[in-house]
Amino acid sequence: MSFIEISHLRKSFGANTVVHDFDLSIDKGEFVSFLGPSGCGKTTILRMIAGFETASAGAIQIGGTEVTHLPPSRRKVGMVFQAYALFPNLTVAGNIGFGLKIAGKDKGEIDARVAEMLELIKLPDLGSRYPYQLSGGQQQRVALARALAVKPEVLLLDEPLSALDAKIRVSLREEIRALQRDLGITTVFVTHDQEEALSISDRIVVMNEGRADQIGTPSDIYNNPATRFVASFVGTLNLLEARVVDPAAGRLSIDGQPVMTTRDLSAFGIADETTVALRPEALTLGDGNGDRNTLSGTVEEVAFLGAVIRVRVRLSEARLSLDLFNDPALQLPRIGAPAAISFKREDLLVMDRR
Amino acid sequence: MKTNRLGHWLAIFFGTLYFLLPLVATFEFSLRKLRGVYSFEAYRVVLADPQFQSSFVYSVVLAVITIVFGMAIIVPMAYFVELRLRKLRPFVEFVTLLPLVVPAIVIVFGYLRLYNSSSLLPLTNTSTGTSFLLTCGYVTLALPYMYRSVETGLRAIDVRTLTEAAESLGASAGTIIWRIILPNIRSAMLSGAFLTFAIVIGEFTFASLLNRPAFGPYLQLIGANRAYEPAALAVMAFMITWACMGLIQVISRNTVAARP
Ligand SMILES: Nc1ncnc2c1ncn2[C@@H]1O[C@H](COP(=O)(O)OP(=O)(O)OP(=O)(O)O)[C@@H](O)[C@H]1O
Ligand SMILES: [Mg+2]
Repeated sequence: MSFIEISHLRKSFGANTVVHDFDLSIDKGEFVSFLGPSGCGKTTILRMIAGFETASAGAIQIGGTEVTHLPPSRRKVGMVFQAYALFPNLTVAGNIGFGLKIAGKDKGEIDARVAEMLELIKLPDLGSRYPYQLSGGQQQRVALARALAVKPEVLLLDEPLSALDAKIRVSLREEIRALQRDLGITTVFVTHDQEEALSISDRIVVMNEGRADQIGTPSDIYNNPATRFVASFVGTLNLLEARVVDPAAGRLSIDGQPVMTTRDLSAFGIADETTVALRPEALTLGDGNGDRNTLSGTVEEVAFLGAVIRVRVRLSEARLSLDLFNDPALQLPRIGAPAAISFKREDLLVMDRR
Repeated sequence: MKTNRLGHWLAIFFGTLYFLLPLVATFEFSLRKLRGVYSFEAYRVVLADPQFQSSFVYSVVLAVITIVFGMAIIVPMAYFVELRLRKLRPFVEFVTLLPLVVPAIVIVFGYLRLYNSSSLLPLTNTSTGTSFLLTCGYVTLALPYMYRSVETGLRAIDVRTLTEAAESLGASAGTIIWRIILPNIRSAMLSGAFLTFAIVIGEFTFASLLNRPAFGPYLQLIGANRAYEPAALAVMAFMITWACMGLIQVISRNTVAARP
């Protein structure tokens, strides 16, 4: 039995349904990210778990208790907001101790817990400061401490890092993850940044227009995207039109050139059109040996991106990009020159027909 | 650039002159009660007048009650509008502006019709009842100013997110208003309170028609019957107003320090 059970959750604002029949089970101590483009309903689901939004249909259970209709204050859920939302009139210590004070704990206990939390977020000396005297990253850490001080059963974070600059974003996400692991707290993390989701999650829910398109581990999501949407949203991707030649043998053709895949084609018939996908980093320049697929075309563009060099090759119709690691000894392909591209059979992803 | 700067100074100079000249003249005049010498005789006379004392105290008490009453109604209302009924904001704004549109005299005649001695609720039968009616009138009168300042304060903080943060930490609506919202809109409330104070202290129409011994009618009485004392009263009234404004400044500076 998992710790959080969301079943058939739906949310409509008037006639506009923004979450459709959403199901998800989260294990105790798991770190799950909701990933998706703006407006796909990530925040709405998170707010329904927190109790700030009431579900139009469906149910939410936390730790075996039905909470669908409980007010936020009775759900034992800690929340961290994108805009920090620290109480401006209280000091850092006052903010962290707020929930404990509401719970009627005595002063000694509150002080001890606040000190412990300040230690945990590595700001032991800033207890007497006011929120406006802190940087954004420090404010967000205080907000995290405030949410955790009351020992909630679930931690919800709604794009907690998107107001911070790139460097802090990376270090703080690692801190959050480490803290989450130490405390073993069940966590739902909302983001629209795929790198963020891939780097810190146990599992990712890729959302698209109020539905979960795919739920899986980061490597699962990245290597075996279930839908065209997931494939294009997570990572960069070459999407190509292909024709099925022999479903049983895994044979297709791209722009008239034969390729093989190890993916299951049983859902397709002979001569069906489909979309296939190739990650730029799965492609290499030059002919492959017998096991690899090879496509030939002409070099159309060479872009220097620092650590990698992105080369765009044109087949007869389709174009695809591939990444080469930068190496000073590397002979860059010339624009207009003929080029062969090769890739492993299992790297040819075949999308569902949706 | 130079002429521009000069223009600024000239504008400030004439502006200051426009405001200060009548005030200085009034002050100078108020000092001339005793022939040939400047003295504070007019002030002494006014301050020693028992009617001054009683009417001033009466109005101060009413002002304080008005502020407490008004805030108790307006703060929770403005908070819930901001929190859940943003769509209603234009409507609420319109309603709170009504007292500026409907003349005080209309309101007071309405009161007299509804609560006279032969009505179902004869508030005007007793002086306490009438004072209560007067306070209600003042709350109405002060509504636009109090609402505006409270609303400005609420807009300066992120009411929704702060409320949700507090809710998820287990706080009830009352606790949230008391511990989170009020402290953060304190300076806005105080400026509303001082504006209300200034309005109530000088108000004439309500007090006069309801026949209560307030400061406004007293000012009018003195103004009609004495020469130097009205000038002294005017100067004192200005002092009170300025003191209020000074307090607003000090308080808002202190709270600004607690926020970026
Ligand atoms: N209170 C509301 N009333 C009406 N529509 C709403 C309300 N809240 C959200 N929506 C709509 O629901 C949809 C999903 O919103 P939501 O905030 O969940 O998106 P999101 O995935 O969090 O996006 P973002 O990444 O931009 O934060 C949007 O189309 C939004 O306009
Ligand atoms: Mg959102």
